[in-house]
Amino acid sequence: MAARHTSVETKYYADRDRVLKKLRNCDRRTFLKLSAATMGAALAKGLMPPHTFQLVDVARAAVEKGWDSTGAQGSPPFRFAYISDAHLYERTLNQRFVRAIVKAVDDVNALDPQPDFVLYGGDLAQLGSPAQLEMGRQILSGLKAPVKMMVGEHDWFLDMGEKWQEMFGAPTYSFDWKGIHAVVLMSVYEKDFWTARKMTPEQRMQTVAGLDNAVQSRFEVGEQQREWLKNDLAKVPTTTPILIFSHSPLYKYYRNWNFWTEDADEVQAILKPYDKVTVIHAHTHQMLFNRIGNINFYGVLSTAWPWPYAPEGLPPLTVQMNRADPFDQFDGCGDGQFTARADGLVDTIYNLWDRNPVTVKADYLISHGSVDQPPAPQFASY
Amino acid sequence: MRPRAKSKVVAAALISAVAGGAAVYLNLGNRGLPAYAQALPTHQPPPANHAGVVVQLCDGVTTTEVKGLKPGEQMTHSQALEVSRELMAEWQRKHPDRHWVMAQSKTPATTATAAPSGAGPSGSQGTAGPGAGAVQPRSQQGDTYASFHDRDYMVWQAETDAFVEQGNKIFHSATLLGGTIGVSCDMCHPDASNTHPETYPKYQAQLQRVALLRDMIDWCIENPVKGKTLDPNDPKLRALEAYILAQRKGVPLAYGKH
Ligand code: HEC
Ligand SMILES: [Fe+2]
Ligand SMILES: [Fe+2]
Repeated sequence: MAARHTSVETKYYADRDRVLKKLRNCDRRTFLKLSAATMGAALAKGLMPPHTFQLVDVARAAVEKGWDSTGAQGSPPFRFAYISDAHLYERTLNQRFVRAIVKAVDDVNALDPQPDFVLYGGDLAQLGSPAQLEMGRQILSGLKAPVKMMVGEHDWFLDMGEKWQEMFGAPTYSFDWKGIHAVVLMSVYEKDFWTARKMTPEQRMQTVAGLDNAVQSRFEVGEQQREWLKNDLAKVPTTTPILIFSHSPLYKYYRNWNFWTEDADEVQAILKPYDKVTVIHAHTHQMLFNRIGNINFYGVLSTAWPWPYAPEGLPPLTVQMNRADPFDQFDGCGDGQFTARADGLVDTIYNLWDRNPVTVKADYLISHGSVDQPPAPQFASY
Repeated sequence: MRPRAKSKVVAAALISAVAGGAAVYLNLGNRGLPAYAQALPTHQPPPANHAGVVVQLCDGVTTTEVKGLKPGEQMTHSQALEVSRELMAEWQRKHPDRHWVMAQSKTPATTATAAPSGAGPSGSQGTAGPGAGAVQPRSQQGDTYASFHDRDYMVWQAETDAFVEQGNKIFHSATLLGGTIGVSCDMCHPDASNTHPETYPKYQAQLQRVALLRDMIDWCIENPVKGKTLDPNDPKLRALEAYILAQRKGVPLAYGKH
């Protein structure tokens, strides 16, 4: 399986690897020469833009971020990667989404040096079936770096998380990563809308799986888990950088599609005393970032499909990604990585497949958009 | 009149509920099809008894025979008036409780009195043409559009909504779309967002031609949904088009926009 699917991507990443390795020991002028050479080589091979430019751009991003051993930081930065929202159906039904997550696994395995860990952002399955979750686990087990699992609503509402928890453990936990206190939340609980309607587990799952039905409830972290969070943070000094992972955005973006967490304000209040807080969420399948009070928010990409920007409520700091090409399965999808700064805040690279990657820095959010603006889209949503 | 209006709308809603629930587009003639997808019923009068031509009223019941008129032959104007009068008289005999109004003479829509810009001295409002400021002008009578009632509009709206609702169901169902990989349109287009029906026709670079909305719908059915493309007259395609358009009510048309 892996061998069949890696051919194109593996070749591409092998090329990229070679370039990045050379880059480690070169100054900027050599780098520029090298990138011109890379571009020439890519063109000669018949690789068409934007792939060509992506190669060059990733290389440049690498140098700017000091991955080379001669850089100011002298050692690779703390880094983790993510893969999210694969929405797997059984392989017999749907190869499309399988192909996409396998591509992401290849991406992450090609990173050199390897990330400290890989966050899987939730929605591993499309309809929460054991077969779908099993296949997802199998594919993710191909990752070289350790994996941190988060649960999404598509994994949960068939059997209310039974299978997922059996496979991956508790959906809520915390861990410490190089001076940063990280917490993974289960943010997609919903109030019971199914009993009164006499829904079967399948109907319940199918309902939650759709965005634009008014039937399901809003996502919430819930009181019990908020208490857990308070307790978990009680022993953490307010100067410690905090990293929260949640499947849904921990703020209120667009209620109708559940781009939303009903008790987001309460969760934010718990995080308020901390100086450096970053929330990384999945579920929205798009480039999305925000700053509220002391908190930086980053949404991550899906491997399966991009979602349109909601008709209202988009955070003003978000720079939209270009509209996706419906003729290209991978366009608007991808994976990405986060690098920790010395102070424990994080920058991110959206590794958009078949496009130039986009870097979004913590400074952009902290400065409320006055520095480090990401490139504007040519075609925003309307 | 009100209660009747209601029952008719309910009937329309019922029809669509039944059709929607069945969710079938089998080729069983008209059976099981939602009303909008059926061929129009024909309106055939009974055969003539006196070698004339039988004319039937719109109620599908009341008839009269024009004796001596051969099929294909025109009546004179006065003959025609006489036949109409006869049919209406018969209908009124059978329905003494119904109040037949030749034409609506309700207050016309407000837009009817809008003055062309620059018609009056600037700043003076309400100087809208002859008779303005006095009694409401009488509306025109006797034409087709003037003779529809609120009830008609309600029925039309219910029919249209049912059509759109059918499209809504198809849009949200991989099965109804004929998809083979469990993918439906709403997975990527919640509320039909980003389908931009108002921008068609437009040049689709990937298709290398000018496309209509239905071309893109068909393209998306083939990929990513992995079903079979639909004929432009397929009720499913028509319903999908209806649903997608209905979600963009109020958005200005902008053909060719990218
Ligand atoms: C896997 C995701 C996916 C699915 C499923 C999908 N689409 Fe799309 N579709 C897209 C993307 C991405 C675009 C490009 C959006 C844009 O231009 O912003 C698009 C574009 C379109 C457009 C053209 C929009 C424009 O701006 O001209 C139409 C119409 C459309 N889709 C209809 C459908 C219909 C109908 C279905 C179901 C039969 C469907 N799509 C299923 C992803 C999808
Ligand atoms: Fe998702
Ligand atoms: Fe989700």
